[in-house]
Amino acid sequence: MRSTSALLYLSGVTVSFDGFKALNNLSLLIEPGEMRAIIGPNGAGKTTMMDVVTGKTRPDSGEVVFDGRADLTKLDEANIATLGIGRKFQKPTVFENHTVRDNLLLALAGLRKWHRLLLAQPTKSEGQRLAEILSIIRMEEQQHMLGARLSHGQKQWLEIGMLLAQDPKLLLVDEPVAGMTDVETETTAQVLREINKTHSVVVVEHDMSFVRALGVKVTVLHEGSMLAEGTLDQVSADQRVVEVYLGR
Amino acid sequence: MITRFLLQGMDRNLRLFVLLVLAVGVTLPLLNQIVPPGSPFHVPAWLLQLIGKYLSFALLALAVDLVWGFCGILSLGHGAFFALGGYCMGMYLMRQIGSRGVYGNPLLPDFMVFLNYKELPWFWYGFDNFGFAMLMAILVPSLLAFALGWFAFRSRVTGVYLSIITQAMTFALMLAFFRNDMGLGGNNGMTDFKEILGFSVQADSTRAVLCFASAFMLALGLVVSAAIVGSRFGKALTAVRDAESRMRFLGYRVEGYKLFVFVFSAAMAGIAGALYVPQVGIINPSEFSPANSIEAVLWVAVGGRGTLIGPVIGAFIVNFGKTWLTGALPEFWLFALGALFIVVTLLLPKGVVGLWAQIKNRSLAKKARAPV
Repeated sequence: MRSTSALLYLSGVTVSFDGFKALNNLSLLIEPGEMRAIIGPNGAGKTTMMDVVTGKTRPDSGEVVFDGRADLTKLDEANIATLGIGRKFQKPTVFENHTVRDNLLLALAGLRKWHRLLLAQPTKSEGQRLAEILSIIRMEEQQHMLGARLSHGQKQWLEIGMLLAQDPKLLLVDEPVAGMTDVETETTAQVLREINKTHSVVVVEHDMSFVRALGVKVTVLHEGSMLAEGTLDQVSADQRVVEVYLGR
Repeated sequence: MITRFLLQGMDRNLRLFVLLVLAVGVTLPLLNQIVPPGSPFHVPAWLLQLIGKYLSFALLALAVDLVWGFCGILSLGHGAFFALGGYCMGMYLMRQIGSRGVYGNPLLPDFMVFLNYKELPWFWYGFDNFGFAMLMAILVPSLLAFALGWFAFRSRVTGVYLSIITQAMTFALMLAFFRNDMGLGGNNGMTDFKEILGFSVQADSTRAVLCFASAFMLALGLVVSAAIVGSRFGKALTAVRDAESRMRFLGYRVEGYKLFVFVFSAAMAGIAGALYVPQVGIINPSEFSPANSIEAVLWVAVGGRGTLIGPVIGAFIVNFGKTWLTGALPEFWLFALGALFIVVTLLLPKGVVGLWAQIKNRSLAKKARAPV
């Protein structure tokens, strides 16, 4: 394992499913505090990359190092989450049978072991933290409402609140603006920039106008490998990127 | 700390329900013991025995609901934990017979003499002690659940695959217990019990105490289950049921949650089995039959999955129906059981308890709509 100053370091990562290489010798570096957008056509390996980083999928070969010390290929989802990697899915997944407050409580960094939770009593600092998050996501009034009764937009907000509660060092966000209106897309870009002030973020996205609004370094994936890297204008000018996106 | 833990899950309805269970467990035995037989208020011994049996079934239903309703593990093998608890009690009761058996052997139970056993098999040692036998009635099912759950949950076996494994487990145990050389009575099982703790198992007073003990253990089971479900652990548990992988990505080691509740539930089923055996007076391998475990799941479905009161009510309704129908129209019972399964699945997804809430909501809505 190499020691590195990067927050997330992928080197030569290969994943194949029945002979199909979903990731092919992929290398990627995310610096601490950075926000990175990852784009690419369908099947480029964006989601598989997220799965490898969060421990859902084991790579066939290659290195995945977090924070310069943890070898993510050896750990499971729970370990990786505890190290400080949070993931937001494309479809908002909140706990439908739990209240907004309980959703946040479950996400709150700290207690995770079953035997500790049996006797856990609510503490003052937890209450303060929950109140803080509820006010950030503007859901104080809905805090006792069940997750199932929230609107799509409210679920998105709750999920952002859960990520704040989890307080990860690195946040992986999968297509956050799928199915959103232009105004919601703009708001989401603002929220992500706000979150990026204190957390590193990797965003996977199809929507070019959203990526432009983020205004960050872009990595283009194609057939499981990195095709180009740079600002959006730089990669848009790259002949190979144009071919991948428009050529066929 | 412990009292706070035990009280945290109790809402008003559940508190009343626990009191009701205890009231039944105290009143019926008293009405049997104090009121003279001629009086219309006298409760006959057969009724005590019947209610005591239902109460132990209700405890089994609660155990099934804890894993299925609150953690999403559909166990089709809980009858095995129940039967193992029952066998531990059966072994104790066999050792109490002593030299009063047909063959008069002071050490060996009749079936061992019959099978030419020369000495007591090693696993029968200690079962002449009530405390030891009861400890085993809890430990043996727990250990089996631990071993099964340890491998299944780590390998992330879920859903229908887990159900099939649990079903296969109880089937395999049934075949094993049918064998005579298991040393546990073979297909005849164990029966002809004489005494429990020195009291005749046939006596009315013993039946009264057993009925009370069943009610007490059910009440205790309800209180502890409520405490578990009402704790932060319980919130995490239902979250695992609803979105397991989401919990993993939040950093929860899901296996630990499932394993704890599975083992606890198996222990509860074991206690239920130990209460059941002295009241019905027999334990044999048919208790392991897969149909028994499926029936227990049905009790929960009828009563209301994912509630604590539901499984108790379901166990009583279905078993009362069974007792009545197998007496009145014996050939009709299995059809009724099948029909019940269909009706509950189609019309009562939340069981009887859910129906109650539905009616309440509807009448509230009507009231709200009515002109003032």
